[in-house]
Amino acid sequence: MLIDWVAIAPEIALTITALIVLGADLSLRGEAKQLVNPLAVVGTLVAIGFTLYLWGDERSTFAGQFVINDYAVLFKLLFLGSLLAILGISWRFFAEGRYFQGEYYFLLLTSFIGMLLLPSARDLILLFIALETVSIPAFVMAGLRKRDLYSSEAAMKFFLIGVLSVALMLFGMSMVYGFTGTTELAGIAEAVGEGESVPLLLASVMLIFVGFGFKISAVPFHFWAPDTYAGSPMPVAAMLAVASKAAGFAGLIAVAFIAFEPLADVWAPVLGVLAIVTMTVGNLFALQQRDVIRLLAYSSVAQAGYILVPFGLAQSGHLAVNDAAIQAVLFYLVAYAVMNIGAFGVAIAVNRRTGMRSISDYAGLSQRSPLLALAFTTFLISLGGAPPTVGLWAKYWILRAVAVDITPFGIALAVFLIINSVIAFFYYLRVIRTMWMDDAPAGLPALQPGFNLSVVVVVLMFGTVLLGVLPGLAGNFADVVTLAGG
Amino acid sequence: MDPQTAGWALVVALFLPLAGAGLLALIPARLDQQIRRAAVVITGVSFALVAAITAAFDFGDAGTLQFVTDVSWISAIDANFHVAIDGISLPLFFLTYLLTFLCAIYTLSNLPAPGKPKGFLGLMLLLQTGMAGTFVAFDLILFFIFWELVLVPMFFMIGMWGGPRREYASVKFFLYTLFASIFMLVAFLAIYFQAGAETWSIPELSAAAGVGGTTFQTWAFLGIFFGFAVKVPMWPFHTWLPDAHTEAPTVGSVLLAGVLLKMGTYGFIRIALPILPEGAMRFAPMIGVLAVIGIIYGSLCCLAQTDVKRLIAFSSVGHMGFVMLGIAAMNEAGIQAALFGNIAHGVITGMLFFLAGSMHERYHTREIGVIGGGMLVKMPKYGVLLTYVAVASLGLPGLAGFWGEFAAMWAAISPGGDLGDAYGGLYLGLVIFAAIGTVLTAGYFLWLLQRVNLGQPPARWADEPLDDVLRIEWVSWVPLLLLILALGVFPRLVFGVQDAAVTNLMSFVTG
Repeated sequence: MLIDWVAIAPEIALTITALIVLGADLSLRGEAKQLVNPLAVVGTLVAIGFTLYLWGDERSTFAGQFVINDYAVLFKLLFLGSLLAILGISWRFFAEGRYFQGEYYFLLLTSFIGMLLLPSARDLILLFIALETVSIPAFVMAGLRKRDLYSSEAAMKFFLIGVLSVALMLFGMSMVYGFTGTTELAGIAEAVGEGESVPLLLASVMLIFVGFGFKISAVPFHFWAPDTYAGSPMPVAAMLAVASKAAGFAGLIAVAFIAFEPLADVWAPVLGVLAIVTMTVGNLFALQQRDVIRLLAYSSVAQAGYILVPFGLAQSGHLAVNDAAIQAVLFYLVAYAVMNIGAFGVAIAVNRRTGMRSISDYAGLSQRSPLLALAFTTFLISLGGAPPTVGLWAKYWILRAVAVDITPFGIALAVFLIINSVIAFFYYLRVIRTMWMDDAPAGLPALQPGFNLSVVVVVLMFGTVLLGVLPGLAGNFADVVTLAGG
Repeated sequence: MDPQTAGWALVVALFLPLAGAGLLALIPARLDQQIRRAAVVITGVSFALVAAITAAFDFGDAGTLQFVTDVSWISAIDANFHVAIDGISLPLFFLTYLLTFLCAIYTLSNLPAPGKPKGFLGLMLLLQTGMAGTFVAFDLILFFIFWELVLVPMFFMIGMWGGPRREYASVKFFLYTLFASIFMLVAFLAIYFQAGAETWSIPELSAAAGVGGTTFQTWAFLGIFFGFAVKVPMWPFHTWLPDAHTEAPTVGSVLLAGVLLKMGTYGFIRIALPILPEGAMRFAPMIGVLAVIGIIYGSLCCLAQTDVKRLIAFSSVGHMGFVMLGIAAMNEAGIQAALFGNIAHGVITGMLFFLAGSMHERYHTREIGVIGGGMLVKMPKYGVLLTYVAVASLGLPGLAGFWGEFAAMWAAISPGGDLGDAYGGLYLGLVIFAAIGTVLTAGYFLWLLQRVNLGQPPARWADEPLDDVLRIEWVSWVPLLLLILALGVFPRLVFGVQDAAVTNLMSFVTG
């Protein structure tokens, strides 16, 4: 079997970078260890270069299990862009903490290799392996501050719930194989479409969704998220909240819209209800939070609920609706990456040195650092979905998918989305108010975000506004989604 | 400038304040006075440009769009950047620039704690672009963006420079309006997809003489109605307004009353009526009933208020009720009345909020009981101005407030379409109650004047050195004072401009 090396060039580039980083960490001493960060950045840029080269290409290798098309390339660019941003906000955090820099960057890169594989995977086995490649390094990263009890607790919770749900998922996959006799997504779709839907088959589909539900922290599989985000090193929390979640959605799109598309009339209502529960619970819990990271954690649970809404709209064989739904998910993920990494970046800048991360720490941030306050305001407004930010368009694409074919369930989803947007704004506005309208307590040390972090935050802030004015720059997804099945 | 080709002028006027806000951000914060002067220059230049546009406007052809710019904006969703101006937009657009200019002048000497003119004026300029854009956008998506754009600056204006309950008021304002406007967006999307319109262009949708069936129009109108009704605000969606108005800084209140509320009524007239005429016809009686409830309820609330600013805020509920009554009449005269009422209320109530702000500057309270009368003795010029504007607001013939109310009631006697046959009695009842409302309005304003203006100043103010109207206040108020008189004596100033455009618009509604 011939391997199409060009198709997997981005993954190879990242793998080599990960190995170089590990080697460099072994051979470098003391301050020089910091150099692993720029090394990782260079490797990521190389991978981005390869990915851009693949844009507009259609390739397939490993007997069709691994495909390259615009849909996959778009996701890879999203992941690599997030990686670049996370590397930017990680530098000072780890260089100052002086713990396990080499290991951290190695694990981070490994996790992203799994993410790069996900949107290309067209086989259940490859999907599973990719998902595990994302998760396992993340378990370790969550516990990197091993002398910190919270960090250990974070890793432990994450690990136990993660392993349990993955086991359920694997069980579901094995049963699907039993029913259909294949692990290829396209083959499964064919077999499922012909046969009648047996309850046990539906149950195994649900088991697979449980695995993804954990990854995207949908309620009721979200319990790990707030504790893990709060206990992990903050850049790891950003990675879990954004990139790892996007990876879960990439897998969910593949499974839902390719393999089990014929069963959409069964799973769409389930995922729709899950969406409603997820956003409502996420937002109501977020209202109660005093810790900024926990607030962002619950807000990201709620955001996962919004992104699940288009799945609830899917209809078997209704191409226009499904296309609009996938478009909405894609756009939301791009927007979400930009605004949420930015928000975590500001949180790192403000709270890197302070142990506490209470919202009251943000009092008078506008006086201490107008730039950070402005950036955080932009990100929060965008997470809420008001102009002139990209978050508005993210919500727009979901409502648009609802409007393509109006059903009572679609209207119910839209109403819940609207009510939840308002609830979410309530706690986003509370943070904004604290930053601008309260006075800073005296005697706080000056903020030193560092050059890399400042650049990342400023770039993301401009990105949030620029995409808010010209959302067309995020690419025309209309051409991309039809390839999701390719 | 040729109104057929000079689309650039409108675009420049629209984004000049935004660019100005960017410019202000570059000036160091310690140059306090320079920042305030720069804002006056920016708003002044913008206003001059809008005055030039108005001068070049072809009044003989006010029914067609002029100064058009229509270019592709977001090709993925067919949204265009389509701005233009016609007889309906022009008065509101002009008012927006005039009021912002006057607010900038007023801010030269008046800015509530915590100061920071850079942030305040920057937000005001951002707000200006949002408000002005709403009146000239002819693409539903573009309209929605401008509509939502005003939320953030107004939130900060109330939240940072507002009164004691500013945090509550600002969040309530933001969440309430946001909630309603998303329903509006859903209705827009439904028009695009469900009705098979496949365009966001307001002129094209209007010319289609109604999209979808009657059932569809009813539902879509409900969504749009909710979005606009909160902004107007119509009873019972008005509860954000007294809080926002009372807590907002003077300039915020002036712009809120003068321009922001008009966005709602403008939206009804520009979007809801022509695009969904059948839905509008079905809803018109209900709108009429809510409008009249608003008039009576607003007046009764005014009678119970002890805070001058809160009283003026509730009077807005009543006045906007008259505007909505004009819309509910669904005929040309009614729309004319509504648009005139819009302008008149913007000028008069904007001026009243200026006066209330200045009163607070002097007395450091707005409680009627604490002020206790005697303003005509203590500050004769100020007292006269308050009397003049208050009687304008209660609808004295010869001043601006009269024409909107009178014409709205006159129009509602014979509503358009089939409404006259089906609901003739109801509309007659509405007019009667609205007339009672005018009496109540006169009652609370005159009572207010009696309590604060007449009599002798109480002992605690008798020896207090209170300034009469200051020079900077004269400069920022005189244009409004003159407009109140001019619109009262020559209502054609506005009616004439709108005439052709309203005829044009109503031809879409009643076929």
